[in-house]
Amino acid sequence: MSYSDTAHHGDDHDHHGPAPGLKRWLYTTNHKDIGTLYLWFSLLMFFIGGAMALIIRAELFQPGIQIVDPMFFNSMTTMHAIVMIFGVVMPAFVGLANWMIPMMLGAPDMALPRLNNWSFWIMPFAFTIMLSTLFMDSGGPAGGWTLYPPLTLQMGDSFAFVIFAIHFMGISSVMGSINIVATIFNMRAPGMTLMKMPLFVWTWLITAYLLIATIPVFAGAVTMLLTDRYFGTSFFSAAGGGDPVMFQHIFWFFGHPEVYILILPAFGIISSIIPTFARKPLFGYDSMVYATASIAFLSFIVWAHHMFTTGMPLAAELFFMFSTMMISVPTGVKVFNWVATMWKGAMTFETPMLFAIGFVIMFTIGGLSGLMLAITPADIQYHGTYFVVAHFHYVLVPGAIYSLIAATYYWIPKWTGNMYDEKLGKIHFWTSTIFVNVLFFPMHFVGLAGMPRRIPDYSLQFADWNMIASIGAFGFGFAQLLFVWVVVKCVRGGAKATDEVWEGAVGLEWTVASPAPYHTFETAPSRQLIDKNHF
Amino acid sequence: MSAASGSGYYIPHEAKWPIVGSIGLYLFFMGFGKLLNDQALGTPLLVAGSVVLIVMMFGWFGLVIKESEAGTYNTQVDVSFRMAMMWFIFSEVMFFAAFFGALFYARTFSGPWLGGEGAGGAAATNAVLWSGFDYIWPNNGPGRVGGDYQPMGWFGLPLINTLLLLTSGITCTIAHHAIKDGNRTKMVKWLAATCLLGGIFVLCQAFEYYEAYAHLGLKMTSGIYGSTFFMLTGFHGFHVTMGAIMLFVVMLRGGRKHFSAENHFAFEAAAWYWHFVDVVWLGLFIFVYLV
Repeated sequence: MSYSDTAHHGDDHDHHGPAPGLKRWLYTTNHKDIGTLYLWFSLLMFFIGGAMALIIRAELFQPGIQIVDPMFFNSMTTMHAIVMIFGVVMPAFVGLANWMIPMMLGAPDMALPRLNNWSFWIMPFAFTIMLSTLFMDSGGPAGGWTLYPPLTLQMGDSFAFVIFAIHFMGISSVMGSINIVATIFNMRAPGMTLMKMPLFVWTWLITAYLLIATIPVFAGAVTMLLTDRYFGTSFFSAAGGGDPVMFQHIFWFFGHPEVYILILPAFGIISSIIPTFARKPLFGYDSMVYATASIAFLSFIVWAHHMFTTGMPLAAELFFMFSTMMISVPTGVKVFNWVATMWKGAMTFETPMLFAIGFVIMFTIGGLSGLMLAITPADIQYHGTYFVVAHFHYVLVPGAIYSLIAATYYWIPKWTGNMYDEKLGKIHFWTSTIFVNVLFFPMHFVGLAGMPRRIPDYSLQFADWNMIASIGAFGFGFAQLLFVWVVVKCVRGGAKATDEVWEGAVGLEWTVASPAPYHTFETAPSRQLIDKNHF
Repeated sequence: MSAASGSGYYIPHEAKWPIVGSIGLYLFFMGFGKLLNDQALGTPLLVAGSVVLIVMMFGWFGLVIKESEAGTYNTQVDVSFRMAMMWFIFSEVMFFAAFFGALFYARTFSGPWLGGEGAGGAAATNAVLWSGFDYIWPNNGPGRVGGDYQPMGWFGLPLINTLLLLTSGITCTIAHHAIKDGNRTKMVKWLAATCLLGGIFVLCQAFEYYEAYAHLGLKMTSGIYGSTFFMLTGFHGFHVTMGAIMLFVVMLRGGRKHFSAENHFAFEAAAWYWHFVDVVWLGLFIFVYLV
C-alpha cells in the first residue's frame, strides 16, 4: 500500500488531549469519545425501554385491565420495540465499533471523524422527537413498531413526528455505516489484510452493508405512509389500486436484514471473547467469515416469513419457508465453531466468558424456536402468539443484549484502565440468567396454548405463567441496576488493569496501554506486531 | 501521494458543524410535522430549520474546501471521501428501489389480484368487494380515487427531458476530460452547459406537472398511478435539483481556480451523482412512461 502510516491533526491546541468541558463532547471528532457517547446513550435508552417493558409486565401480572389504559399499553409495546431496537442495540453496537474498530485495525481514528460526530449527535435529537410523541394529545404510536397500515394511518397527530424521527435516525445509521465501511477498507494498518481482521470487524463490515442497503428502503416505506396519510396517495389503499400488504413486503425487506443488523456484531463479539477464555485460537476463522456473509445474503430473500398468515401465493410461502430454513446452516456453523473453540480449551469463567457462554446456549434456544416458526403450516398456528414473543426475545435479550454486556465486561478494563468487580459481575450474570429464563421461557407455554401478543388482557388459563413471567421481568430489570453499579464503580476506580488485561487475549487493542490513550496508532503498528496479534 | 498533499492521515479536531446540522434537522422535522398537522409554529420552525441547514452546509463544505485547497488531505483521505460518496449514492439507489418496488408490486401482483386474477381468494375478493373492476395499467383503483384523469404519455416533454438529461451526461463528461487535461476554462464552460440542461429539465418537469394538474386531471391523489407517478418523478426531480446545485458549486469553484488535473474529487463526486440521477431517469422513462 502506498499510504503513509502516520496521522496528523487539525485545529490542534493540545495535541494529545481532549478539549475541556462540555465542548469536548459536543464537538469531538475522537472515535473513543464518540464511542463513549454512543454507549452511555444506549445505556440510558436501555432503562427507558426497560421501564416500558416493566409497565407491560405489570399490566400482565394478572388478567383484567389493572394499571394502564389499553391504548397506553399499545403505545408501550410499540415504543418498547422502537427504543430497544433503534435506541439501544443499534447505537450500542455502533459505540463498540467506534471504540474498537480503529484500535483493532491499527488505525489512528475513523475514516470520517466529523461525520462520525454527526452520526452520534443526531441520536439524542431524533429520540427527543420520538419520545415526545408519548406526551402529545393523541398519544404515541400504538399500532406496533412495524407500523402496518391501515391501522397505523389511523393514529393521531403524533404520526408525522414518528415518521420524521425514523427518517432522522435513518440518516444517522446510514452515515455511521458509510463511515465504518470506509474505515475498514481504507484505514487498516499496512499488513492488516482482510483475513487477519478480528471477527468483530468482519461482522460489522457486513452489518454496515446491510444497513446501507435496507435503511433507505425503510425510509421509502415510511415516506409512502406519510404521503398516504397527508398527501392523499394510495400506495396502501386497495380502493386506489394499492395494497396494504405491499407495505409489509417493503417493510420486511428492510425488517429482516434489520434482525441480522441486531445480531451479526454480537456474533463478532462472542467470537472475540470465547477464544480468549478458552485460550485457544478461534475454530474455523474462515468459515466464520463465510457464514456471516451467507447469513447476510440470505437475509435479503427470507422477508415474507413474517407474513405467512397475511396472504401470499403458495409458491411464495414455500420459497420463503425453505430460504428461511437455509439460514440455520451458516448459523449452525457458527454455533459449532464456538463450541469447537471451547473443546479441550484451558477454560476460565470470568464474567465476559459467562455472558458469552450464556449467549451461545440461550441464543441457540431462540434459534431453534425460530426454526419452528419457519415451518409455514406450523407458523399459521404460532403466528401472533406469545411463542413469537418468546422466540425473538430469546435471540435479542440473552442474545444481542448479553453480547453487549459481555463486550462491556471484556473491554471496560481497556476503556477505563481499571478492572471491574469480578464478584459483582458474577452475581450480575447469575441473577440475569435466572430471571431472563423465568421471564421468557413461560412465554413459550402460553404462546403454544394460544395467548395472543400485544393485548393488555388475557384469558384466565394463562394467569399463572404470566405472573411468573412478570416476576422474572422485574427481577431481570433490577439485576441491570447492578450492571450500572459495576460500570460506574469501574469507571471511578478499581484494581489497575494490565495492557494485555486477559491472559489469552489476541488483537491489537491489547497492545496499547490501559486505559487506551486518547490517540492510538498515530503511527501504524509494525507488521511484526500485527502478525503476532491477529486471529 | 500527490505533491500538494499533507503527509499522514488528517484527523480534524473540534467540529461544530455536525451539532448545528442536528439542530437544523430537528427544527426542520418538528416544523414539517406541525405544518402537516396544522399546528402552531409549523412554518416558522420549518423555515428556521432550513436556514440553519443551509448555513451548516455553507460552513461545513466551506471548511472542507478550505482544507482541501490548503493541501491538508493526502491520497488516503481522498479514498475515504470516494468510498463515502460511492456508498452514499448506493443508499440513494436503494431509496429509489423502494418506490420502483412499489410500482412493480402494484403492477405485477396486487393490481391483477384486485381484478380477480390469480389463485386463492382473488376471484372471490373481486366479486364481493370490487365487482366489475377489470385491471389495466394505468389505473386509479376500483374506487376511482381522485376522479377521471388521462395518463402522462411518453412522447413530448418526457422524451425531451430524456434527451436533455442524456445530453447533460455528455457535456458533464466533456467537462471532466477538460479538467483532466488541466483546462479549467473549458471545464467551467461545459459545466455551465450541464447546469443549464439540468435547469431546463427541472423547468420542463414543472411544466409537465402543471399540464397534469391543469389539463389531464392527473394528480398525486389519482390512485396508485398518480401516487407512483408523482412520487417517483418528484423524488427524481428533487435529486436532479440537488445534483445541479452540486455541479453549479463545482463550476463556481472552477472559476476561483480550484481543482487541478490530478486533484478534483468534488467534481467527480458531483459527476457520479449526476450520472446516478441520469440512470434513475432512464428507469423512470421506461417503467413509468413507456411500458
